[in-house]
Amino acid sequence: MSAPFHEDEPSGKALDWQLLKRLFTYVRPHKKWVAWGVVFSVTASLLGPLRPWLSHYAIDHSIAEGDWQGLHLIGAAILGLLILEVLFQFGLTYITQYLGQKAIYDLRQQIFSFIQYLNLSFFDKNPIGRLISRVTSDVEVLNEMFSSGLVAVFGDLFRLVFILVLMFLTDWKLSLITLSVLPPMIYASFLFRRKARESYLEVRGQVAKLMTFLQEHITGMQIIQIFNRENREMDRFKKINSDHRDAHIRGIFYYSVFYPVVDFLSSLAIALIIWYGGGEAVQSGVTLGVLFMFIQYVEQFFRPIRDLSEKYDIMQRAMASSERIFKLLDREPWVEKTDGQIKPPALRGQVEFRNVWSAYTDDQFVLKGVSFEARPGEKTAIVGATGSGKTTIISLINRFYPLSSGSILIDGIPVESFDLPSLRNRIGVVLQDVFLFTGSVYDNLTLGNREIPMESVLKAAQLVQAHDFISALPGGYEFMLTERGGNLSAGQRQLISFIRVLLYNPDIVILDEATSSVDTTTEALIQNAIEVILQNRTAIIIAHRLSTIHRSDKIIVLHKGEVRESGTHTELLAANGIYRKLYQLQYSEQEIG
Amino acid sequence: MSKNQSAPEILISLKPYLVRYRKKLILGLLFVFLTNLFNVTGPILVAGAVDSLKLNPTSGALLGYGLVILFVAAGRGIFLYLVRQTIIVVSREAEFDIRNDLYQHLQTLSASFYKSHNTGDLLAKNTNDINAVRSFLGPGIMYSANTLVSFFFIIPVMLWINWKLTLLVLVPLPVMSYLVFRMGKLIHQVYSDIQGHYSVLTTRVQENLSGIRIVKSFVRESAEIRRFTELNGIYQDKNLKLAWYQSFFYASMTLLIGLSVVLVVWAGGALVISGALTIGQMTQFVMYIGMLIWPMVALGWVMNIIQQAAASQKRLNQLTDETPEISDSSATDHQLTGISGKLEFKSVSYTYPDGRKALENINFSVDPGEILAITGHTGSGKSTLAGLIVRLFDPTSGVILLDGRDLKSYPLKVLRSKTGYVPQESFLFSDTIGNNIAFGVESAGDQDVLEASETALIRENIEGFPNRFETVVGERGITLSGGQKQRTSIARALMKNPDILILDDSLSAVDTQTEDAILTRLREKLAGKTVILISHRISAIKSADQIVVLSHGQVAEIGKHSELVDHGGLYSALYVRQLLEEELKAIS
Repeated sequence: MSAPFHEDEPSGKALDWQLLKRLFTYVRPHKKWVAWGVVFSVTASLLGPLRPWLSHYAIDHSIAEGDWQGLHLIGAAILGLLILEVLFQFGLTYITQYLGQKAIYDLRQQIFSFIQYLNLSFFDKNPIGRLISRVTSDVEVLNEMFSSGLVAVFGDLFRLVFILVLMFLTDWKLSLITLSVLPPMIYASFLFRRKARESYLEVRGQVAKLMTFLQEHITGMQIIQIFNRENREMDRFKKINSDHRDAHIRGIFYYSVFYPVVDFLSSLAIALIIWYGGGEAVQSGVTLGVLFMFIQYVEQFFRPIRDLSEKYDIMQRAMASSERIFKLLDREPWVEKTDGQIKPPALRGQVEFRNVWSAYTDDQFVLKGVSFEARPGEKTAIVGATGSGKTTIISLINRFYPLSSGSILIDGIPVESFDLPSLRNRIGVVLQDVFLFTGSVYDNLTLGNREIPMESVLKAAQLVQAHDFISALPGGYEFMLTERGGNLSAGQRQLISFIRVLLYNPDIVILDEATSSVDTTTEALIQNAIEVILQNRTAIIIAHRLSTIHRSDKIIVLHKGEVRESGTHTELLAANGIYRKLYQLQYSEQEIG
Repeated sequence: MSKNQSAPEILISLKPYLVRYRKKLILGLLFVFLTNLFNVTGPILVAGAVDSLKLNPTSGALLGYGLVILFVAAGRGIFLYLVRQTIIVVSREAEFDIRNDLYQHLQTLSASFYKSHNTGDLLAKNTNDINAVRSFLGPGIMYSANTLVSFFFIIPVMLWINWKLTLLVLVPLPVMSYLVFRMGKLIHQVYSDIQGHYSVLTTRVQENLSGIRIVKSFVRESAEIRRFTELNGIYQDKNLKLAWYQSFFYASMTLLIGLSVVLVVWAGGALVISGALTIGQMTQFVMYIGMLIWPMVALGWVMNIIQQAAASQKRLNQLTDETPEISDSSATDHQLTGISGKLEFKSVSYTYPDGRKALENINFSVDPGEILAITGHTGSGKSTLAGLIVRLFDPTSGVILLDGRDLKSYPLKVLRSKTGYVPQESFLFSDTIGNNIAFGVESAGDQDVLEASETALIRENIEGFPNRFETVVGERGITLSGGQKQRTSIARALMKNPDILILDDSLSAVDTQTEDAILTRLREKLAGKTVILISHRISAIKSADQIVVLSHGQVAEIGKHSELVDHGGLYSALYVRQLLEEELKAIS
């Protein structure tokens, strides 16, 4: 079981034509298969009811009249029909599943691609978990709708109609008598389904309670032990566990009643056929074969009716899921706008902030009128306490967020005028929290860009002196990283992210230095790597290293969203302002060590 | 335990649970027997009715037949109901016991066990594995009994009527069992494969969304979509494989069931013509075949249930075989019922099971009435030190003395009831705030709860909530702020009226003024008791009687605030930094 806590059961309709119509657009490209499905479904529904009819013919004619040849003929015919039906049924089952899988594949693909191009602020506002379930579990519910053979419902209906026709053609009075058990059967099915559903919900509620308790108590086991609560928690667990048991036992009741009731109703039909049909047989035309046939039809008739109520439930959930999916796909306005036209082959690298204001929410400004300029090739360090707005500055340069007012110019052109992918391709980013994906080192370096040849990767790795450690990994560049690169050290992860930037050869580098402490050897490697990637490039840096500070052409001191001081390290130290305090706080220790 | 146990060898560990409910279980088996007794009679009656048609029966006789058939159906139905009400109910009762025992066992296991096992796995054992075992105890036992008994009843009757026809029409049935068994297993495998790939797909989406910044920075959207396409394609293929197996399975089941009926009509019809069989008996055969199909299907199915249950039971046994690392032992002196609170660490070291050293050669001593503060960088071993005092783990070497005796000689219950521990992460249960505060005491008076929350400065907050102390915390109720959680957690520890109080960075989320106020109250309340105060904030610890500065698991400095500041080492550096931070904050 993947997730014990489900979202609330939807109470929506089981049939929403708007949604169905939209869902159907995903099946439309496979029209040919739909047509085959319909053909197979109709044929299989016709073949099934024919067998009892042939049996009845064999009994009433061949067997009754002692016609050996006729019996063998019909025997062979029934066998032939059976084999045909089986083949059609096989084809039908597979085709419906095939259709479903194709449609679901396309839908999943569409949702994932759609999400890729959403604005970053969309991800800030919507929990990742919810977006994941759109791509996974919601689509999975639709999968269930297809694979439970919902499409076969139409075939089932067809089969029912055909059986009715055969029955009424044979003996309409006996048909009516046989069908008289149908209303109580349908009533019992729906009543059972309702009760079973109530009981299922109750059981699910109890399971959730049990899981919540267990999860909480396994997580907090030390607290329980330190507070000597074992006995009392055991009592509480027993209570929850027994509620869980009792909910199940109540559920057993409905199942143990339903199946005997259905069985009894089938027997009632048989008893009626014998009593009435038997009497008729004596007086008039109803034959043994007819009785035999009717008894078999009773079975064929009741099964789909019993399933109907279950399929209703699946349909209801499928509607709710597709509604959620389509609601996401309708969020067009959140897709990143790439209306800019300028596609520079290269940038000179001049960056200018002009009176930039930026806010997460409408009135809480993180940046309040920030202005500065970084000339081509210049290294600008941004320094400030936590929450001063440093991260916001670097997020704005490659247009992760819109500005509230003011403008950011690159090479004198407002960032909004650039084609978004072209702009981002020219700006390299190293984030403080290095994000690595599950996969090989090589894939993490190239980020799936197959145009980057291995030689370039090796060259870049050698430049930042990371080649040695990568080669030493089992499998070298093919070494598989676990989630978030957990099987590398913090320093190694940083080196990987430096190679990554080098490979994309940007004109502007945005560097948010990691704070995690590394051993001295790795520290030397990292300092060298930073020097390599900053060479001949404009750089905006959130600096945590003293060496980086010293290397900067200009330092901007950000305090509570405003630029308070700027200048070189020596100038700012001499000014004895905020920078001096920040310096002592953040960098002085490095001087000692 | 040997690795290659057979399924019965593993499942034998379930015996005690079944023995406990033997009466109901035996009754259930009796009901299975009775159900089948009625089962076998129904078709005999139908056969009689059908054959009597030739003898011109009165409509009264036919009505009689109809009524008897109904009577038989009713009898069968009632016993079918009773079978489920006994055997399946027993399985739920046994499940209840198994789950209780497992939880009871979990409560005895120590911190190191929980560090090395992930919560998800433990939860899965509690759900998936117990469910698999339950399926064996319930449907598994019920259907195997039913299959056996129905064969025992029906086959002799069929043989007695016509043994040649019986042997012929039974041919497809074992094939069916085998098919269900093999295909069931195959489908189960493909299904778990699909489940596995589903989680790969989910992880990929999750990773992509967590790293969306990098994806966008490097303009890798299309590459990411390509990667997803690949996984999506594999997922589709696996599902199609399942669809293929399922289509094959359903079709062949239809074939086998249909074949049995064809055989009866064809071969049976021939026998009727030659006079060896009546038409009623032929009908009877068709009905028997219908009755044997499900037990044969169930047979194959039950075999899979048994295999899965054995695999699950094996995992459960591994869990119950875990022994608690820390418990009362022969070294425990049960005469000890109280403590006064003098703590002494003598050359204490602690090494994690993976070999990393957490603490090395720690020495200090603290008397009742004193406050010992511990500070140092993240990862310097502060929390480990606190854990040693309440015996979440024991020192790898060295000894901790409490009132001059080894900590291990105190019964765990005594030690823990006299020690108030406020962990770094304030873990509260989803219960009312009142119950959370009173968590550690048998019977808490309202007055005590009020007093404790007063001391922890949380009373006013709680009384501001709509349901006051009855307010539920957590998912189902109110969300407390970090500081409120910490203060509730402190109140909870105070309820014990402890002789030793350990605060593990427990005031990090409250502002310095509140911190100061709480510490002042604690000092009054806990006069004469031992207090271990772990904190990053110099403001909190500067008035402590002793300050231990930890660095990389070792005591770097020890002394009073003024001494340490004068010493000019790690502590004074920390102190200067914090002063600077405050100054910066003050600049507007």
